[in-house]
Amino acid sequence: MKKIQILGTGCAKCNKLQEISEQAAKELGIAYEVEKVKELNKIMDFGVMITPALVVDGEVKVAGKVPSLEEVKKMIQE
Amino acid sequence: MFWKNEWKPLVWITGIFLIFFYLPVGMPRFDNAVMEALYLARWYAEEHVLLCLVPAFFIAGAIAVFVSESSVMKYLGPTANKVIAYGVSSVSGSILAVCSCTVLPLFAGIYRMGAGLGPATAFLYSGPAINVLAIILTARVLGLELGIARAVGAILFSIVIGLVMHLIYRKEEIEKANAMMHMPEPEVTRPLWQNVIYFALMVGILVFANWSKPEAVTGVWHIIYSFKWIITAAASLSLALVLLFWFGLSWWKIFLASVPAAVIALLFPQHPMISFTVGVIGLSVITSTAGGENQEWFSQSWGFAKQILPLLLFGVLIAGLLLGRPGHEGIIPSEWVSNAVGGNSIWANLFASVAGAFMYFATLTEVPILQGLIGNGMGNGPALALLLAGPALSLPNMLVIRSVMGTKKTVVYVMLVIVMSTICGMIFGAMF
Repeated sequence: MKKIQILGTGCAKCNKLQEISEQAAKELGIAYEVEKVKELNKIMDFGVMITPALVVDGEVKVAGKVPSLEEVKKMIQE
Repeated sequence: MFWKNEWKPLVWITGIFLIFFYLPVGMPRFDNAVMEALYLARWYAEEHVLLCLVPAFFIAGAIAVFVSESSVMKYLGPTANKVIAYGVSSVSGSILAVCSCTVLPLFAGIYRMGAGLGPATAFLYSGPAINVLAIILTARVLGLELGIARAVGAILFSIVIGLVMHLIYRKEEIEKANAMMHMPEPEVTRPLWQNVIYFALMVGILVFANWSKPEAVTGVWHIIYSFKWIITAAASLSLALVLLFWFGLSWWKIFLASVPAAVIALLFPQHPMISFTVGVIGLSVITSTAGGENQEWFSQSWGFAKQILPLLLFGVLIAGLLLGRPGHEGIIPSEWVSNAVGGNSIWANLFASVAGAFMYFATLTEVPILQGLIGNGMGNGPALALLLAGPALSLPNMLVIRSVMGTKKTVVYVMLVIVMSTICGMIFGAMF
C-alpha cells in the first residue's frame, strides 16, 4: 500500500498534481491511498516551502513544480 | 438531508433572481453607469492589453521559469546574515510570486524553518505588494509617481514592518520545525549575465513600446518618444538573437517568427501595433512548440494570462459600474467619494488604509478601482495608502497568517500595516 500525499493550499497546480499522481498510480496498477494536505503548518513539517509537493510514503519526492506523468510513475515506484 | 447539500445553489439562484427582479434598468444613473463600465473596458482593451499586459505576461512567465525560488531562499535560511535577509526578502517579492497562494507557504517556511519572524514578515508584506505586473500597471494607468511611490514605499515598508515585528517579539523563540528545507536544485543552463540581458531586453521592449507622448515638443523625452518604435524594434531584434544563441531556439523558427513582423513594420510604419501583434504571435508559436524551458516559459506566461485577464476584466467592469471613468460618475455619487477619501486629512488616509486592509483585491484589480476613486475625487495620499495596505492584506489571508503565527502577532502586523500606510499616504499627499 503506497501512501501518496499532495501538499498544497488548494491552487490550480496542486489539483493538477493530484490528478497526475492518481493517474500514475492507477496505470501502475498498485494499491494506493491519496491524502491532500492543505494546512500550512503540516506542510511545513515536511520541510516544503514551495507548493505543490508530492510525498510518497512520507518522503518528499518533488516540490515546487508539477512533474510529468512518467516522472511521477518513477517517483511512486522507487 | 436534501437541503443540506442543496442550500448553496438555492441561495445563489434566489440572490441572482432578486438582483434582476429589482434591476434598476431605465433609471438614468444606472443606465449611465452601465455605459461607463463598457467605455472603461474598451479603454483598457485599446490602451493597455496589447502593448502593456501582453509583454508583462511574458516577463512574469520568464520570471517564474528562469528565476528559481530556491536561489532566493538560500539567503533566507536559518543561518542567513540578518542584513542580507531583510534586503532580499523586501525585494524578492518583485521577482517571485504573483499570487498569494505561493507567498503564504514561503512566508510560513521562512518563519518556521528559516531566517525568522522579521524577514518572514518583510517577505509576507512585500510579496504581493510589489510584484512586477502590479507595479507596471499602476505606473501605466495611475501615473509614474504613484507607480514609483508604490514600489519604493512597499520596499521600505516591508523592512520597517519586519524590523518592528522582530523588536516586539525578540524575546520569543519559536520552536523551529525540525525538518530540513526541501528545495528543488536549480538547474544552471546559462550564466547569470545572459539571463540578465534577456530580462533587460524584455523590460526595454515593454518600457519603450509604452513611452507616452511628453507635453514638450523638444528635449530628451520627446526625442525618445519620436524614436520609440525604432528602439522597440532594435530591442526585439536583440531578443531574437538572444533566443537564438543562448536559449537554443533553432534559427529557422526565429526566422519564421521575426520576418513577418519585420516586413509589416517596414510596409506599414504608421501602424506599429500590427507589427507588434504579429511579433507576439510569432514568439508564442515558436515558444509553445519548442519543448524544454522555452515551452515552459510560454506555458507559464499563458497561465498568468488565463488567471489574471478574467479577474481584471471583471474588476474593470465593476469599477466602471460603481465609479465611472475619470471625469464621469457611476452608481456611486462623486461627493461620497470625495467626502470619505478626498483631500489629505488623517481621516481620509486612515479610512483608505482600513478599507484597503480588509477588502480582497484579486490580482491587479486594485488598479481600475483606484482609477475610478481618483477620478471621483480621491486624494493622492489616500490613493497611495490604499495601494500600500490593500493588496498585501485581506480578510481571508489574515486568517491564514493567524494559523501560522497566532492571533496576537497577526493583530500587531495588521495594525502596523494600517498605521504605516496612513502615515505614508499623508507624506505622499503633502508632496504631490
